[in-house]
Parts: sequence; C-alpha cells; structure tokens
Amino acid sequence: MSQTPAARARGDAGSAAGTRAGLSSTARGGVGTSPPRPDGALKAAGEFAFSSDMWMEDMLWGMTLRSPHPHALIRAIDTAEALAVPGVHAVLTHEDVPGEKRYGLETRDQPVLAFGKVRYKGEPVAVVAADHPETARRALARVRVDYEVLEPIADARRAAFDPDCPLVHEEGVPAHPEYNQRGNIVRHQPVRTGAFAEGADAADLRARAAAVVRGEYRVGMQDQAFLGPESGLAVPAPDGGVDLYIATQWLHVDQSQIAPCLGLEQERVRMTLAGVGGAFGAREDLSMQIHACMLALRTGRPVKFVYNREESFFGHVHRHPAAMRFEHGADADGRLLYATLEIVLDGGAYASTTAAVVGVASSLGVGPYEIPHVSVDAYGVYTTNPPCGAMRGFGAVQACFGYESQMDRLAAKLGMHPVELRRRNALAQGSRVATGQRIDMPLPMAEMLERVRAMPMPARRGELADPADPRTLPGGLANTSRGERVVRGVGYGVGLKNLCFSESFDDYSTARVRLEAIGGEPAALVHTAAAEVGQGLVTLQGQIAHTELGVERVTVHPADTSVGSAGSSSASRQSYVTGGAVKAACEAVRERVFALVRERGLVAPDHPAGDLALEGGKVVSAARGVLAPLAEVLGTGAVEETRVFRHRPTRALDPTTGQGDSHVQFGMCVHRAVVDVDVELGLVKVVALDAVQDVGRAMHPRQLLGQIQGGSAQGLGLALMEEVQVADGVIRNPSFTDYLIPTILDTPPMRIEVLEHADPHAPYGLRGAGEPPTLSSTPAIVAAVRDATGRPLTRAPVRPEDIAGVGD
Amino acid sequence: MEFLSPSTWEEALAAKSGRPEAVPITGGTDVMVELNFDRRRPGALLDLSRLPEPAQWRAEGGHLRLGAAVTYTAIVEHLAGHAPALAQAARSVASPQIRNRGSVGGNLGSASPAGDCHPPLVAAGAEVELASVRGVRRVPAREFYLGPGSSVREADELISAVLVPAPAGPQQFSKIGTRNAMVIAVASFCLVLDAGARTVGTGIGSAGPRPLRSPEAEAFLAAEFDWEGGAEPSEAAARHFGALVAAAAEPIDDVRGTAAYRRHALAVMARRAWVWCAADYRKGAR
Repeated sequence: MSQTPAARARGDAGSAAGTRAGLSSTARGGVGTSPPRPDGALKAAGEFAFSSDMWMEDMLWGMTLRSPHPHALIRAIDTAEALAVPGVHAVLTHEDVPGEKRYGLETRDQPVLAFGKVRYKGEPVAVVAADHPETARRALARVRVDYEVLEPIADARRAAFDPDCPLVHEEGVPAHPEYNQRGNIVRHQPVRTGAFAEGADAADLRARAAAVVRGEYRVGMQDQAFLGPESGLAVPAPDGGVDLYIATQWLHVDQSQIAPCLGLEQERVRMTLAGVGGAFGAREDLSMQIHACMLALRTGRPVKFVYNREESFFGHVHRHPAAMRFEHGADADGRLLYATLEIVLDGGAYASTTAAVVGVASSLGVGPYEIPHVSVDAYGVYTTNPPCGAMRGFGAVQACFGYESQMDRLAAKLGMHPVELRRRNALAQGSRVATGQRIDMPLPMAEMLERVRAMPMPARRGELADPADPRTLPGGLANTSRGERVVRGVGYGVGLKNLCFSESFDDYSTARVRLEAIGGEPAALVHTAAAEVGQGLVTLQGQIAHTELGVERVTVHPADTSVGSAGSSSASRQSYVTGGAVKAACEAVRERVFALVRERGLVAPDHPAGDLALEGGKVVSAARGVLAPLAEVLGTGAVEETRVFRHRPTRALDPTTGQGDSHVQFGMCVHRAVVDVDVELGLVKVVALDAVQDVGRAMHPRQLLGQIQGGSAQGLGLALMEEVQVADGVIRNPSFTDYLIPTILDTPPMRIEVLEHADPHAPYGLRGAGEPPTLSSTPAIVAAVRDATGRPLTRAPVRPEDIAGVGD
Repeated sequence: MEFLSPSTWEEALAAKSGRPEAVPITGGTDVMVELNFDRRRPGALLDLSRLPEPAQWRAEGGHLRLGAAVTYTAIVEHLAGHAPALAQAARSVASPQIRNRGSVGGNLGSASPAGDCHPPLVAAGAEVELASVRGVRRVPAREFYLGPGSSVREADELISAVLVPAPAGPQQFSKIGTRNAMVIAVASFCLVLDAGARTVGTGIGSAGPRPLRSPEAEAFLAAEFDWEGGAEPSEAAARHFGALVAAAAEPIDDVRGTAAYRRHALAVMARRAWVWCAADYRKGAR
C-alpha cells in the first residue's frame, strides 16, 4: 500500500491544545509516535490468547438451542430427553432464569431465553452444559419444542406503516415512553428546519428550485464479520457470584445487564476482558454472557461457550438495512435549497441500539451540507428479521449512501463536477447542522475535497507494465476479461459522523494510574476497564502515561470491573474519553509528585506548579533544570490516582422538530475511488481508494492509518459484496463461503492524507478516527461504478447483475 | 466414527468394499467442513492421504493420468502444459491453503455443481477412473455426474484417477465470482479446441444441477471456427455461439446470483473464450 504518513499535513492548530508545554510530545513511545503495540508480536505469531482459547481443567461446554422459525408461539418445551443424555449437566430454559427475564442495551425487551414467542430465526430457546461439545450438541437435538408457526413480519415498511400489520411485541412491552413509540415503530425521529418548521410542504419549495432530484436507495444488511466468534468462560465463585472472562466492547454495560437476570448484585458478577478478535459494534449486545453464567451457577463448574461461524451470524446484531426516499432541490448554481428524507431502518426482532441509530440517521441524514430547509423522518422498526444494532458508522453509513448518491445525481443534472457541487454546499466551522447545532471545531471540508481531488491518479490501464496481468483486471485470476469492455470510473464520497455518545447520554470513562519506583526506575501502571478490540487503545493508554509522566516503563493492566466503567469501545470514542481519563489521572498523579517535591524541600513551598515537569524519568524545573530523579522522589511509596473523565454534555433531540445540540464532536473523511468495471459481466476491480481525514491529532500515526485503511475496506465490502441476505426472516448466507468480505486482491492501494486541525474541546485536540472512513468509501465506490457504467445503481451492495443490467 | 487407514491401494479397495458407506478423505477440504457443521456423520472415514498412488501423475498414451489426490497447487505448478484449462480452473479454486490440500478427486467425489474442475474435464473429454475390488472402469466425465452430490460412482468404488487428453489446441476456462479471489463460482465456462480432429468441447459449471455442455454450441463452433487461420469471429457468430451456450444452461436463482445473470454471464464468457482461443490459435497453439 502506498499510504504516506510523511504526507500528513498539520493544521494551524496542530500543536494540540491540551498538551503541556515543555513536554516533548514526540518522545519515543509518547503521544504522536508509533510504538509497537504490546499484543502485536503475539498476534502476528498466532500466540495471542483469544477468548475462544480459554480452558480450565474441569470446565463444561455450553451450547445454545435456537429457534428454527422467524416467528412462532412456543406451546411447550420438554428437556427430559436431553437431560438423560450421559455427560449432560444442565439443560436450562426461560423457567430457569433466576432474575429478570429480559435484557437489552437501551430497552430491556430481549428474553434471556425465549418465552411465549420467538421473534427471529436463531433466537436462543434453551442452553445446555455438557462435558464435551459433541455431547452438548446431541442433547440439543433432544430438546423438544412445540412451536405454532406464525407469519413472519419481514417487510419493515409494512411493519411501520400498515395499521393492519401484526405487532412483533405485544402492547406495552417494551414500554419506551421517551420515544414516540407506537405499534412496531421503535423510534420515529423527525427533523424540521426552515420553511418545514413553519409547516411548508415539499411542493412549496420544489417550485422555487431550479433542479430537483429524487431517489430511492437501499442499503443491505451488513455483518461486522469479526474473525473471533462470540466466546467466553464463566467460573462460579465461592461467594455465590461468578467470574466471567469475555470478549466484549464494554464490560460494565454487560455487567449491568447480566446481574439483574442472574438475580445477583452487580459486584458479584466480576468481569475480565478476554482476548477480543474484532468487534465493530457486534459485541455491544450480549450474546452468551448470561447463558454461560446461568449454567456455571447451576452446575458449579466453569462453563465455556464458543460459537462457530454459522452460529455467530445469529449470535450478534447486524447493520440495519435501510430503505430511503430522498429529494433534494437546488438553485441553478447548485446551492442546495431543501431536502426531504424518509429513512426506514429495519431493527429486526429486538430494539438493541435501534433508537440511537435512528438518532444518528435523522440528525446527520442530510450529511455535511448547508441546506436551509430540511425535513427528515427516520424510523426504526421492529420486524421478525434478525436483530440489528451497532456497526461501525451506526446509522450514518446508510444515510451517507443516500445523500452522496443524491449529490452525484444533482451534479449530473446541473452539469457540475461532483466535487464542485459538494464544495459549494460544504459545512465549515461555524455552520449549523440540521439539528441547529453549531459546529464549534475545525471542519475543513472544502479543503479536504480539493486535496483528494488533487491527489495523483493511478496509472491508466495502458500505462501498466502488463495490462494483461489478470490480477489488475476485474475478475482477477478467474480469467473473465483481458480488458474487453473494461471501463474506468471515478467517484467521490464525503461523510459526517458524530463521535462519542450523543443525545444526553452520560458518557464517561474512569482511569486509575499508579506511579512507583521499581528496581530504581520509575514505572507507571494504567488501569481502565476499556476494551481493546484490536483498535490499539492499549498502545495509546501507554503512550499517554509516557507523555504525561515522562516515564519509559508503562504497563497497562488487564481490563476488568475492579475499576470504574470506561464506557464502550464504540462511536470512535475511546481515544477521546478513556484517553482523556488516563490523561486526567496522570495529571493528578503528577500534581501529587510535585507536592512531594515541595514537601521534600527540593523547591520552595510556593514554587509555581507551571515551572515543574516530569521528563525522561526526572523532575525538571524550567528555571533550574533537573531537580531530582523521579524514582528518588517517589522513594518506596506509590502515588495512585483515579479520575473520571466526561466529555461536554449533549442534549436530547426535540421529538417533533429534531432540534438540539445532540453531538459532542464531528468527524469527517473524504474518499476518491477509482474503479475498473467489466461493464458487460458486472465485475469490479477497485484500482485506488484514496482518502483525506481530519483527526485533530494523530496520536499513533501507524495505528491511525490502520483504522483508515480498515474502515475504507469495510466500506468497500458494503459497496460491492457484503450483504446478509434475508428472505422471509431467514438468513440465506450464514457463512464466509457466501457472505463475502474483501480479500487482499479486492483491496486497492490507499493514498491517505491525515489532517490535524485540533478540536479545542478534546484531549490533545484529537478526533475519533475509526468510523468516518466507513461512511464515505461506500458511496465513493458506487459513484465510480456509476461513472463507468452510466447506470443509476441505487442499492448497496451493487451486484454484478445490477452493473450488467441483467433483469432490468 | 471409525477411521480406516489402509496402507496399500489394494487394502483401500478392500476396505471400501467391506464398508461401502465409508467416506474417502484426502485433503479434507469438503469432508471436514461437512463433519464440523454436523451436516454429515458417516459411520467411517477412509483415509487415502497416505497412499502414494493417488498423489501421482504421469503421461499415459495420449493422456495425462492424474491421481485423484494430486493437489490443485501441484496442478497449477506442474501441469499447466499438460492440462491448461484444468490448471486455470485449479488456480481459481479458493485460497492457497485450500489449493494445497484439495484435489480433483475430491471435486469429483463431492460432485457439487459448482466444482471448478468439472467444466474443464467435461470440455476436454476427460475420463474418470473408478476402481473397486471388482475391477477398474473408465467413465467419460460427460457421463459421470447425475445431479448435486450425485454421480455414477458405485458405493464400493473409489475414484483412482482422471485421464485428461493431451491438449491439441487452445483451451480457456473462465469463472465468475462476486469478489476477485477465493470465491465459489456463480457460473463458469470452459472451451477446448482440438485442432487435429477439428472438434470443440464445452463445459458449463454452476449453472445447472450438474456440469453441462452444449453440443449445439460445439457443433456450431466446430463448423464456424477458422481452422486454417484462426480468424477472429464475427460479432454475430460470437453472439450466436454465446447464446447457444447460455441456452444449454439450466440455472436457478440462488444466494450467489440469479438465473438470468448466469445465462448472461455464460454467453459473455463463451464469446470471449472463442476470441481468446482464436488468438491463441493464431499464435501457434495449433
């Protein structure tokens, strides 16, 4: 790949607000450098212990019986025959759930084990613990469930708008009074601005527009496709509680859902993060956590669960499929006048994070454009399809495919270059988004567009060393083209993503930092409950301690619930929030060290704090130079401080106008995709996928590039191949044989420019970086395919038959 | 489950005769997946991976005799000159790891309509050698397949080898997948020309309950192909050839693609294959 860290440009405010003067932020291993990640060598060598690798001598294997029907009443469950299988230690159903029967991230609507009714194919109905997985599997086959099959509620639009459609959940369950809950609608969030807030309708504005474009767009259900399937180990404890070792994104939110269902106090459910093999949102919801704990408590033995790949497709939520109707009007110069959006998100059987996804889709539905008159209606809907929830991009991905497709359509109608149209309507610092929130941080969108447009183009086919090399052609080594009917296309995409948790959520993280002398050297221990899910937070926590405390030896304690909550490894928030907590705890430790310095008489009691610093393992005075080695100041004592860090508060959206400062921070990535399309066979080779992203501060430049490359590739997957195909509530492709994710041959070189315009509100000026590239890469690629084919292509992923125009 | 581990080919035949339900296993790239997903629980596995004969190849009469357990990797690396279309197909199979273990014998044993090796074997007029304690017989690949997962192999027979005629003209194999590597065929097509006999073979994969050919397309191309100079076909002739190939397919709509797209893709692949074969022909591949 031709990513170029050297090419990153620093913005004017790039010296990173919040970094203490006098501390070198580029010290080896500190913030702004790229130290190796502590788990890197183990992972590269295949020696890292993932959650599925855990083992105890006397452990049992847990396994789950799942509903074969998307929608059915449960008349009876008979476990007697299963219990009689030798080697089976327990078979549990909803009757055995010790406490609350339901759990959920936002709405407690999901049964631990189904009772009364199953609402999706794959819903857990019973769990078994046996001394061998094969025994457990045989026992499951002997559980008799008497189902009365009901008609699936498979169409989200019908579920939302047809008053005769049956309800997925009975009246009153789950109650969620803060949203306009009615029928199968989990949440309806309108946004009205300009004339729409005054009651105007689209016809009034249409009459004033020189150009109007309408489109219906669909985004398919995407899977997070993490490589480490759901797994964990529950160990019963002598105090009647349980220790759970688990791959998750947020230990404490798991704990707060597990404990009530087990009928235990929270502190008796102790959790430790096990090795996480990727997450991307799919580990926000519980999977086997409560099941493993129930079986461990019942049998008195450790119980391990590991889903296989097929089960994993039923074990976690997916990205909401979206059906969208967009209309945009602009004047003859391409200045946007109005937009009306209807976005229907299929949430499947249980709410999960659907309400929050609707909040993002509605508030950012029109994207990063100045539009005076906006009307948005976003709906999250219950159906009997697989439950959908968090996935990288979280509601903004779907909307982005819609608005970027519309921008291209409008540019074509006006005869404008797509970049020029976007530039004319670009948001900037000081602009307001559709919710009325003012953007009070740098947002150099116009500059980013110009930069990506100015990047060098990849070689034309004719300029390649060997244009007949099949690896350079759509279809690759499958030998479908030697260049016949291969047409190049170029497309652009921009996305706007909220970073950190929004809509008045109390979003905080806790960090404990301990500084002591070990073997005559100062050493720091950083302890948080933040989940390292592969993104590199563990490296970053060490870097922050290194920079703030001026010590080389930094150890990051395993994440567990013996320290306060760190919040979720979601919403691109951990560098900001847990990074902020580690920084705050380090600062508190540092102040106590300075107090020791004064106590020991190294400086006068009234010596100004601003003169002191910790650098290179020494206490340093700006005026007087080195005062003492840090280890000497610490002596045999330890300095430990715990701090909670909160970002600035946000507000709920008004339920009827969608107005309110609902977001903390905005992130943006801009993509240019270059594709070669076999327009006759409908096959695509992405030739280049170049990006410009503003991250405020590149905390770890190498890991940052990994995030941008990975997010871009995940967006590429959604553009061209990734779709959980669901028909009548049944997943048709629950395997990596038929759910395709990009291989290295599908993933092009990426030229990436990183901008660092500091956000004055954020620690180090940083901006969450993981999600924005996932938004913009999909529409950029689809736009490039449209450019090559001239076809409208209103659906992601684009299928070969769509590109070839077969079945039009 | 019993694990039968014969040390000679004769023992293997005897074991298969004694336990006809035993499932032969060499690379395990199909069998182990089926076992792991609990789709199949045979009473016995018959391990052929330690026997020397199935892993060997040699020229035999005008044929390449390819042991059933010769891996795709070996075919790609060593046999591209002896069986060009088969080598192209082998190169398109799955990932390097799978190609290091999977084999043509396994492809035939599984008899999946999507198997990549079938169209080249059908198009080239290869024969499948079936052995049992009762003796050895050779079945044309064109008659081997009956339907998804089903073939003319008797329960007590093992697939010992395939016999691929030495190339006597240009060959092309093409395969459609939704990504550019490691993908199961949405549709595949193979074209084999015999310049000496002036005959044509076709093979159609992933577009019917079993691998197919198009005798009409073969007859048309045999008559239309410029056997003297290898001239590029006219647009109309190429389109007609493509249409004949597409018409021979019996595709369905499934999770990998639609029937309409499969027919369309076959027509395109067939047209292009003719053009490429003609170019190769002019370049001297007879």
